[in-house]
Amino acid sequence: MIFARLRESLRNTREKLAGGLSRLFGLKRELDDAFLAELEAVLFAGDLGPAGRATIEQLRAEYRERKLKSSDDVRARLRALLRARLGATVPDLRRAASGPTVVLVVGVNGSGKTTSVAKLAKHCQRSGRTVMVVACDTFRAAAVEQLATWAERLDVPIVRKEAGADPAAVAFDGAEAALLQGIDVLIVDTAGRLHTRDDLMQELGKVRRVLDKKIPGAPHETLLVLDATTGQNAIRQAEVFTQVVPLTGVILAKLDGTAKGGAVVSIRERLGIPVRFAGVGEKPDDFEPFDPERFLDALLEDGGTAEQGDGAP
Amino acid sequence: MFESLSNALQRVFSKWGKDRLLTAENIRDGLEEIRKALLEADVHFEVAKSLTEQVTARAVGQEVIAAVKPAEQIVKLFSDVLTEAMHGEPPKLPVLPGQPAVVMMVGLQGSGKTTTTAKLARKLKRQGRRPLLVAADTRRPAAITQLQVLGKSLDIPVHAEEGPGNEERAPQICAAAVARAKKEGHDVVLLDTAGRLHIDAPLMDELARVEKLAAPHVTFLVCDSMAGQDAYASARDFHGKLRLDGVILTKLDGDTRGGAAISVKQVTGKPIVYIGTGERVEDLDDFHADRMASRILGMGDVVSLVEKAQEVVDEEEAAAAAERLLKAQFTLDDFLSQLRAIRKMGPLKGLLKMMPGQLGQAFEQANVQEKELGRVEAAILSMTPQERRNPGLLDANRRRRVARGSGNELSVVNQLIRQHEQMRDMMKRMQGGGMLGKLGKLFGGGGGDVGGLAGMGGAAGFPGFGGGGGGRAQQELLAQMQRGGGATEVKDPDEEARRRAARKREKEARKKNRKRR
Repeated sequence: MIFARLRESLRNTREKLAGGLSRLFGLKRELDDAFLAELEAVLFAGDLGPAGRATIEQLRAEYRERKLKSSDDVRARLRALLRARLGATVPDLRRAASGPTVVLVVGVNGSGKTTSVAKLAKHCQRSGRTVMVVACDTFRAAAVEQLATWAERLDVPIVRKEAGADPAAVAFDGAEAALLQGIDVLIVDTAGRLHTRDDLMQELGKVRRVLDKKIPGAPHETLLVLDATTGQNAIRQAEVFTQVVPLTGVILAKLDGTAKGGAVVSIRERLGIPVRFAGVGEKPDDFEPFDPERFLDALLEDGGTAEQGDGAP
Repeated sequence: MFESLSNALQRVFSKWGKDRLLTAENIRDGLEEIRKALLEADVHFEVAKSLTEQVTARAVGQEVIAAVKPAEQIVKLFSDVLTEAMHGEPPKLPVLPGQPAVVMMVGLQGSGKTTTTAKLARKLKRQGRRPLLVAADTRRPAAITQLQVLGKSLDIPVHAEEGPGNEERAPQICAAAVARAKKEGHDVVLLDTAGRLHIDAPLMDELARVEKLAAPHVTFLVCDSMAGQDAYASARDFHGKLRLDGVILTKLDGDTRGGAAISVKQVTGKPIVYIGTGERVEDLDDFHADRMASRILGMGDVVSLVEKAQEVVDEEEAAAAAERLLKAQFTLDDFLSQLRAIRKMGPLKGLLKMMPGQLGQAFEQANVQEKELGRVEAAILSMTPQERRNPGLLDANRRRRVARGSGNELSVVNQLIRQHEQMRDMMKRMQGGGMLGKLGKLFGGGGGDVGGLAGMGGAAGFPGFGGGGGGRAQQELLAQMQRGGGATEVKDPDEEARRRAARKREKEARKKNRKRR
């Protein structure tokens, strides 16, 4: 049931990528260089970038060595290669051995952090845990109000301060409140910041240190919210953020559009940071644990809707 | 990470034979490298393909310009094609008697519409107009409050209709706002609509209704510069549903190459008008196609760098420093004022971003830290005026004192002095080699090329810079020195004749290439 929704939301993605792929495979056309070049274009359309190119290079090499004989071979091999690049799955949120589990949510401006925090809160609520959110985005106009609105809707307590307050101080208060009230999961929302802003990255490091000081071992999870429509810059974002606040995972937001978020393949492969959740809509329930297998199913295999896809634009 | 484009091209073209003409065959690999670079910059793959074809068409048959090398010639062609592809006349916002001009802002969630709307309102207000902001994002929690806070800080009124039942009323709210603006004498209305997916039919229909009821004179698509391949499809769909007039590209203060810009321009045919370059309300700049082309190609935004330098470098001071430099009297005081000019130009990271790919990377590898510049400054300030004018005075004792006084390790001070010496020696050598003219040009034109000044330190290894690099003028200078051509003395008459012939050939090649356009 959970994945029905994810699959539904991925329909457009699938139409593009799988549509293109299925068309290529479906025609049972001869396997040649032009075919592989078209395949490469399809992967590029999915923002797979260098990971896509490397995958195609490998397919091409195997084709030249005559290891791949039919389009079925290519289909299976492509899937296997991409699956390998996506690595092992990671189970649901880690839990602190004792005391509150602290989740720090970070990302660039407009990636969807606050909405993801709300969705994550709902996700934890569903498993019967008590949740508290902390509004550390004291910079952007009305960001605190935005989170407060969600907190009210979801009926979770929120720790907040006035606009312009030191985010680390808010984080401190949040950690203290969570300890005091015996909260299970503390989710810390932070201001959007471009990874090129050194000062703001340092500020983020401070938030992390304050959490660790108040609750040793915190944050137990540090999740980078990535906009699925982002291109190759997503890799840079992950690279720089994880230097300042070591990332334990990615939330891939806005997967309900036509964007594929293919940059996460490189992020997993190069930096070892797995996608943990997928955001698939604007409602708090539009949020699912990320499963690479199903992700690839949806991307590569569903031929049923392929004919409706318009393929590459 | 990625092999930089210039490296790749140098590799590809290193085996260039005696070919005098560019042909489809001898430039194929080079074009492929550039196509790859475009893809890595997130240019839509179909657009990248078509641009590559355009460059091929233009390049084939051109004569090779000897001094430029085929790699540079191809990059130049590519940069021209990209620039032309992104060039466009910005829409005019009309001034209407007794009636407000209406501006509508649309885009995906998180592209930066609300911030950009406030920035644009500020710009218009400073142009003497009386804007009214309209909170037409009735869906995202606190979006209305966000615009109200921004409006208050800019002292620009905000039209908002809050409360239950208004979520679906964006079109009516916009129409009411236009009527209010007319009544209250506002001459511009800016509609901040909710972010939406281009495939969300009901919400796209809502936008069409806003367009119908509020009749915007100018509609801007707000597009995140970090967007990937999908920017093409979303821009296409917004353009299909609405009458777009222009594009605003946001978040360009990051390190994205921004290839989405060209995809969006190509698919909509609408010009990119403004770029968002920061979180502050004043961070909205005009778009320059040529600079964006350099950025997409990873060649750095050298022009912006030079402009930025011009803003902060005192021309007289620069001229004086140049003069002393020419006399090889370049003191640590001059060094210090250069250092300060560089620091005044803003965060180093921001500057490095604007530098051509390789240089930027070199600096990054050298782990340039803002702090280090501060250390060097402190060291110079710990010296006496005499010491700064004549660093030769700085014996071991004095150096130790300077280190203690500035809180530095002795090695920092030693390094600083060594680098200053190297720099001075280089200047002397340049004089000897007849480089004076070139150097004069570096500083000439009333500071017109001060990028070179800022970069000058880089040549001898500016403290904390790890050496290498600088402004464009300087790069040319260095290239000249390496080639040993141009202004260096020529003794062999045959050699000179050969050079003259080569120059003549080149001139003719350029002329012919121009004619072919």
